[in-house]
Amino acid sequence: MEGDTIILQMKGIDKYFPGVHALDNVDFELKKGEVHVLIGENGAGKSTLMKILSGAYSLAKGDILIDGKKVVFEHPHDALENGISVIYQETNLNPYTTVYENVFLGREYKAGPFFIDRLKAIKETEVLINKIGIEFSPKALVKDLGMAQQQLVEIIKALSIKSRIIVFDEPTSTLSDKETQKLFSLIRELKEQGCGIVYISHRLEELFEIGDRCTVLRNGKYVGTKNISDIAIEELISMMVGREVSETTRFESYSRSDNALSVSNLNFAPLLRNISFTLKKGEILGFAGLVGAGRTELAKCIIGDCRFDSGIIHVENEEVRFRSVHESLKAGVAYCSEDRKGEGLFLDHSVVTNITIATLTDIMKKGFIRYRNESKIGNEQIGKLSIKTSSIKTKVKNLSGGNQQKVIISRWLLTNAKIIIFDEPTRGIDVLAKDEIHKIMIELLKRGIAIIMISSELPEILKMSDRIVVMRQGEIKAIMNNKNIIQEDILHYAFGANKVDM
Amino acid sequence: MKKIIEKYGIYLGFIAILIAFTILSPYFLKVKNFSNIIVQSSIIAIIAIGSTIVILTGGIELSVGSTVAFCSLFSALLIVKAGIYLPVAIILSLLAACLVGFVNGFIISYGRVPAFITTLGTMSIIRGVALAVNKGQPIANMPNTYQMIANYELFGVIPIFIVYIIVAYVLAYFFLKYTKAGRYIYAIGGNRDAARLSGIRVKNYEVLAYTICGLVAGIGGILLTARLDYATPLAGMGYELDVIAATVIGGTSLSGGTGNIWGTLLGALIMVTLRNGLTLLNVQAYYQQIIIGSVIIVAVFLDKVKTAK
Repeated sequence: MEGDTIILQMKGIDKYFPGVHALDNVDFELKKGEVHVLIGENGAGKSTLMKILSGAYSLAKGDILIDGKKVVFEHPHDALENGISVIYQETNLNPYTTVYENVFLGREYKAGPFFIDRLKAIKETEVLINKIGIEFSPKALVKDLGMAQQQLVEIIKALSIKSRIIVFDEPTSTLSDKETQKLFSLIRELKEQGCGIVYISHRLEELFEIGDRCTVLRNGKYVGTKNISDIAIEELISMMVGREVSETTRFESYSRSDNALSVSNLNFAPLLRNISFTLKKGEILGFAGLVGAGRTELAKCIIGDCRFDSGIIHVENEEVRFRSVHESLKAGVAYCSEDRKGEGLFLDHSVVTNITIATLTDIMKKGFIRYRNESKIGNEQIGKLSIKTSSIKTKVKNLSGGNQQKVIISRWLLTNAKIIIFDEPTRGIDVLAKDEIHKIMIELLKRGIAIIMISSELPEILKMSDRIVVMRQGEIKAIMNNKNIIQEDILHYAFGANKVDM
Repeated sequence: MKKIIEKYGIYLGFIAILIAFTILSPYFLKVKNFSNIIVQSSIIAIIAIGSTIVILTGGIELSVGSTVAFCSLFSALLIVKAGIYLPVAIILSLLAACLVGFVNGFIISYGRVPAFITTLGTMSIIRGVALAVNKGQPIANMPNTYQMIANYELFGVIPIFIVYIIVAYVLAYFFLKYTKAGRYIYAIGGNRDAARLSGIRVKNYEVLAYTICGLVAGIGGILLTARLDYATPLAGMGYELDVIAATVIGGTSLSGGTGNIWGTLLGALIMVTLRNGLTLLNVQAYYQQIIIGSVIIVAVFLDKVKTAK
């Protein structure tokens, strides 16, 4: 490798978010002319580390050295000036302005005290466009470009700043295969020119294609750095998962033989392709996969909140196609969103109104809401789910995350749904509340209720599921009985390693 | 103590205004003056019910002033020119006002045009219609029965407007507190996505909110015509801002989901009382404008300070 000059070192990086130790003593280094892959599960800390590098986050502890000299970034501007560019998967371009304006945004060439030297900017952009061999004009509007081309604009921007360190954060998630290949050849060219490249991706096969070295993070901790040529895919996956003792599986099964829900050949372009599965009464079907695999979208298609293109859904042998949540709830299908604050709670309203909002008719008599009935139901639910709140009239925003989640769950329990879809039911809540929610779910199974549980936490998937569905990029990659399955097996499918026979 | 101020701040503010004017002006605390305040505030107060309901859903309604004029002129046209039986004419006019609200709501929720833009547009359209129906001319000389709607006095002293306000507000209170639709209106303003995912047919209830708003604006138009014995296409100018002001002074959040109807009534009373008191104190109209504008801002500012904690 090119003389092995180390251009970037990050040492002992610590970062805290409220309640989370996001990065714990993480080390990272980048050599001149290498592609260094950063890998880990959802929430391992990859993006946080790169946001520290780009100056978007400040760091609690640790040092960043560029060419052996210590630097302090207080603002993204500082990182830019040190030759660091980050290209995010969602581009940060202004769609209604031209390519060259975006490239030179914030560093426009001046012509006199008031004016901008457009011609110079256009010319320089053109030179760079030719250099990487692409075919759009510097004066094209960004909104008219495809996703891949927009990413190229970001790359041109990085080149025009003369960045020596370029971070690609999941650049290929929105690209086609052909565009991906184009990007790779560009990355190789940047390598040749002596740039250091940090590459973050969830697609393992890509790492082997483009990467020189790789660093694995897990739960905010540094696990190790390996040469890609020396490592097998199995080893990489076990580094990501770690040797944690996996939680015991819930041993008792309440699964019944009859179907609660079946989905066949559901398509929802471009997010979902050929989704087919069945859900039995009294079982938990765990949906594993990476963020963006299409699990939430699938749930929303089932409940009628997204209009899918084609496919057939049966609820208890009756074909349905819900046009709204109003209809799906009536048919006994409930969806508990992953986005507690955005799609679940009415934060400024009381605990009890949050509980009863989906089942108002139950507390009404002769067309009017009976507050006595409502209080009774509210207090019952608080008792049953042990929701900690000073009263049912407390605003729900004053509750802790776990208790808020229980409020939402009790809303769905009251609907007497036959099928409940829990989307990340225990994200961001403490262990105790998590355990209680799991117990509630098991109680539901005993009553023959069927549960779809979408979760990005593998231990939770393994602990709770009767069967496990693994999704990747809008497709179901595997459906497995939860017997003797270990996290590695799921990760294989989730990350797209081609492992067959299960 | 602090809690009491926080919870009843607006009521205390109103009482402070009453006390201040009572001390400053010997004419203020007279029965005649009070019935004046009621009559003056009643139309704004009643229309403000509609704007409160719309604002609770997170929307806004700017065409109420035009609807007042349109409904006023339409009813006068039906009665004076077409000679239609009074109650029928009034019902037809109110239905027309409902239709205005319905169209607003439909464009906003199904057409996804922002409420501000939609009602800004209909504000102009409906004003245009009000001008067009009688070529810009006012219509006078309503039948006596029409005037009685406004001029009747219970037991010879209590203006009928008091009854209207009480009935309208009690109905609005029951609607918002005890009906499903009322509860849903709060939910939609509180969190639209969560409301939809809780099985609420958000769009239908939004249309309902705007339709109610049209209806109460129509009622305002009828009452105004009856009081003035006169229907003019220029009626209700600026009402849209007065009712929004009454709503926000009353503590309803412009982002929707929180607020209550009694606050709005108080907001309307505060605005009218201020105007009345300042007039009694011989404060010139321009200064009144300045003071009322400041009150709106201060009221909302205090509300924000309260909720920021």
